[in-house]
Amino acid sequence: MAYDASFRVWRGNTNGGELTNYKVSVNEGEVVLDIIHRLQQTQTPDLAVRWNCKAGKCGSCSAEVNGKPALLCMTRMNTFTEDETVTVTPLRTFPVIKDLVTDVSFNYQKAREIPSFTPPEGLKPGEYRMQQVDVERSQEFRKCIECFLCQDVCHVIRDHEDNKPAFSGPRFFIRQAELDMHPLDTASRKRDAQEKHGIGLCNITKCCTEVCPEHIKITDNAIIPMKERVADAKYDPLRWLGAKIRGRQPGDVE
Amino acid sequence: MSTTEKPAASNDGTGVFSPGRARISAKTLRVDNWWVQPTITFIILLSFVIYSTWRAFANADYFSMPYLSPFYSPCLADSCPPGSQDFGSWIGSWYAWSPALIILIFPLGFRMTCYYYRKAYYRSFWMSPPACAVAEPHKKYSGETKFPLILENVHRYFFYAALVFNVVLTWDAIASFRNPQGEWGHAGLGTLFLVGNATLLWLYSLSCHSCRHAVGGRLKHFSNHPVRYKWWTMVSKLNTRHMLFAWLSLFGVAFTDFYIYLVASGAITDPRFF
Repeated sequence: MAYDASFRVWRGNTNGGELTNYKVSVNEGEVVLDIIHRLQQTQTPDLAVRWNCKAGKCGSCSAEVNGKPALLCMTRMNTFTEDETVTVTPLRTFPVIKDLVTDVSFNYQKAREIPSFTPPEGLKPGEYRMQQVDVERSQEFRKCIECFLCQDVCHVIRDHEDNKPAFSGPRFFIRQAELDMHPLDTASRKRDAQEKHGIGLCNITKCCTEVCPEHIKITDNAIIPMKERVADAKYDPLRWLGAKIRGRQPGDVE
Repeated sequence: MSTTEKPAASNDGTGVFSPGRARISAKTLRVDNWWVQPTITFIILLSFVIYSTWRAFANADYFSMPYLSPFYSPCLADSCPPGSQDFGSWIGSWYAWSPALIILIFPLGFRMTCYYYRKAYYRSFWMSPPACAVAEPHKKYSGETKFPLILENVHRYFFYAALVFNVVLTWDAIASFRNPQGEWGHAGLGTLFLVGNATLLWLYSLSCHSCRHAVGGRLKHFSNHPVRYKWWTMVSKLNTRHMLFAWLSLFGVAFTDFYIYLVASGAITDPRFF
């Protein structure tokens, strides 16, 4: 059933902006991104929005709908009542470029700071046969579409701009967990997670998990296991003693 | 057709108002009742803190043969009533305060450092943040990197201690299959409380994230450790319900203690089944 919906869309750029009210028609089965496109086509041809697949797989159309980080293409209009005003803003953790488009280069900078997969020296292709049980934990993290909603909602940087240099954010903790859980990875990631990427700043309030469109259990399956691994390496005297006796580094695992 | 809303007021230039970000005057644009959940959590946890503080300092009405309150178990001081010292009285007579003041350090430490409860109290007590995408009130934030919150990293040691207490409370549950004269093969309503309490505490402890890490989570090669992988798989299944077990076991401990208080104080008589 078609109806005219009330929308508030943030319009502006780095110099300022405001929430602008629109009336726009909505048809059955549509998502918020459809409505934004209709606004572009009928009322505001200069409205900037980043999008690509319209299928929840590219991670481009990240924004905030009624104050909650969400993919515009995965937010169905039938989740709102017909008399409800739907507010759409850009991500509020990153610098705005124009309208609904933000500069998310912070995330690419953080990605570059994580050493890539580091297999043992001299290991040649085909010399190691991977078992499914060894990689299935990491496979969950490979579902990440890099929409950066978890980064956007994380209060460590959302509410504290000054933490950005020291904190990589949930997306990159699952990257570190993925690599640290890999049977062949030899890089020292536990201390790095604490000392270079600020996992200690995370107070595990689970907002990253709540907003993940791929339903990755970011906190339970990546951040907390990494915090436990950090505790192995840095805060557990018995693990430290055991490692000394066996001539290993604290945090080394079988 | 469009109309515009100018920002209502200037702001402090931090957090979501930092330079470069979209200039929006509201700290949050959420329109749902985001404050309900932290408020409920705050009320329940504060109620438990008040209740447990009262009971810990009361030092009375915690034992009625064969029931010993989980707040006072194991009762190891000379001041413990006869029949409640199943594990001896090796603390002796020098300790004159309530035994619960020492005992509760361990289960409370386990819950205070628990990954689930951390989420609960950071949100509801410290509002850091109160809810997702709702700005927190603090200007500075150092998370769990500094004293005292860096001590959250000792959670695994409280987990080990919790296992010891679970064994003790399991014994208390078994010992409750006695009658007030100490003869075995009997049970009352209090027996159900103690058995339920011990069961919920085991579920809460075994679903713990540190338990999951210890049994196998720290491994890289599951295929080299099939038994630990099996354990990790089982604990992982429990771990998905850790929040549920955290709340149920909290209520379980409180209600068990309250029931024993009612019986020990003479307010009610324990119904005997057999």
